[in-house]
Amino acid sequence: MVRFLSLALFIGTWFVASWIAGERMLPGPLTVAAALAVEARSGDLFLHLGATLARVVLAFMLAMTVGGAIGFLMGRVSLADRLGDPWLVVLLNLPALVIIVLAYIWGGLTEIAAILAVAINKVPNAIVVIREGARALDPALDDVARVFAIGRWKALRHVVIPQLAPYVAAAARSGLALVWKIVLIVELLGRPNGVGFEIGVAFQLFDVTLILAYALAFVAVILLIEILLVQPFERRASRWRVRPA
Amino acid sequence: MNDARPAGESALLDVHIGRKAYQAASGQSLEVLRDIAFALAPGEVCTLVGPSGCGKTTMLRIIAGLDRNYEGTLRRPPDGKLGMVFQEPRLLPWRTVTDNVRLVAPDVDEAALTALFDVLGLTAHRAHYPGELSLGLARRVALARAFAVKPELLLLDEPFVSLDNALAQRLRAELALLVERHAMTTLLVTHDIDEAVRLADRVLLLSPRPARIVAEMPILTPRASRTDDAMASIKATIASRLAAAA
Repeated sequence: MVRFLSLALFIGTWFVASWIAGERMLPGPLTVAAALAVEARSGDLFLHLGATLARVVLAFMLAMTVGGAIGFLMGRVSLADRLGDPWLVVLLNLPALVIIVLAYIWGGLTEIAAILAVAINKVPNAIVVIREGARALDPALDDVARVFAIGRWKALRHVVIPQLAPYVAAAARSGLALVWKIVLIVELLGRPNGVGFEIGVAFQLFDVTLILAYALAFVAVILLIEILLVQPFERRASRWRVRPA
Repeated sequence: MNDARPAGESALLDVHIGRKAYQAASGQSLEVLRDIAFALAPGEVCTLVGPSGCGKTTMLRIIAGLDRNYEGTLRRPPDGKLGMVFQEPRLLPWRTVTDNVRLVAPDVDEAALTALFDVLGLTAHRAHYPGELSLGLARRVALARAFAVKPELLLLDEPFVSLDNALAQRLRAELALLVERHAMTTLLVTHDIDEAVRLADRVLLLSPRPARIVAEMPILTPRASRTDDAMASIKATIASRLAAAA
């Protein structure tokens, strides 16, 4: 109910702002909805959304896997932490644009260069969060796994990963947001399709309606991922927590 | 050296710790254990009694293989199963009571598990998560977990500390029953003399830090007939020996 009110308030504000700023600068919700319908009917909307979503998923999984593994290692092994920390600081502070441009120059305007560029932007972020999680692992539970000799694989699966779950959820949530923002830039600069490409075209035509239509369509996709994937994962990972009755 | 018992070939556990020291935060070396030597025969229940902070937990961690940074030797059955009850229950909060036990004892059959939960009064709590248990219940789950693996060597680190007396007394009785029933080699660390004499075949007394074994007393009365009266004299002896060592 509160969410619904909040959404209604957003659309209401949009109407008023559009009325004040004029349709050219800020088209109203109805204009944007109509543009969305046209794009959907021609099939373009789904083509571009699909291309962007595929890049987001690939870059996200790559970055979470690599960043998670490195972050875990750095959290557990102090030599790895000391070795990796300067690199991490550099990567964290390297502007996304620099990585993207260099990736395109070195790798050509290819799909691989595009996805790698996005993943490299997200990796340091994943490392930082998962490293904190690995540092916070409870040595008391490690002792239990060792004394009862349950084996490395079972210890990882049942003792370590459940402790990391909140950190993985945090990295996933902030990572998804970061990845899709950077995917759009990558598409704008060097891909022939995707939401970022369409927005680039709309920018050249000064078509604010199209920009908003594509942006909102993708926001809706991300919201669906959040509601259908991230939140259920979190609920499952925290089902053992005692909730106030 | 304080050889408490000659380490025969038949010993299940053979401990020789020459020295164990910690690096204190101030940089000084803090000696915790000094010349500890004893052996456990198969099926024997031995308790280590000593004042708080004398290094009992450190010794148990060395025996459990959790701390390898000491001078000395340790002989355990090479691939013998170990069961341990830590000072805190140390359950995995994301697994139910049953799943906590099953994680370490995947092969335990359902009948044995049911019987174990029954003895420990946990039957009603099998589906609960540790966060929903009281400390007393959580400690019982930790006991169940250690027993479920049918260990060759059972290590108990003050398993009943911070429980109220009545409950601790009941759990001690349950533990005595389990130890008796499974005939398991057991090493129990405690600072509670009452607990020591109720459960042990042999009591080893430790001095304050750095801990050494100051006395060894076998208890020959069968566990079932250890009434307060029967135990009064040995308890008094232990108390006076401990006081003398302090």
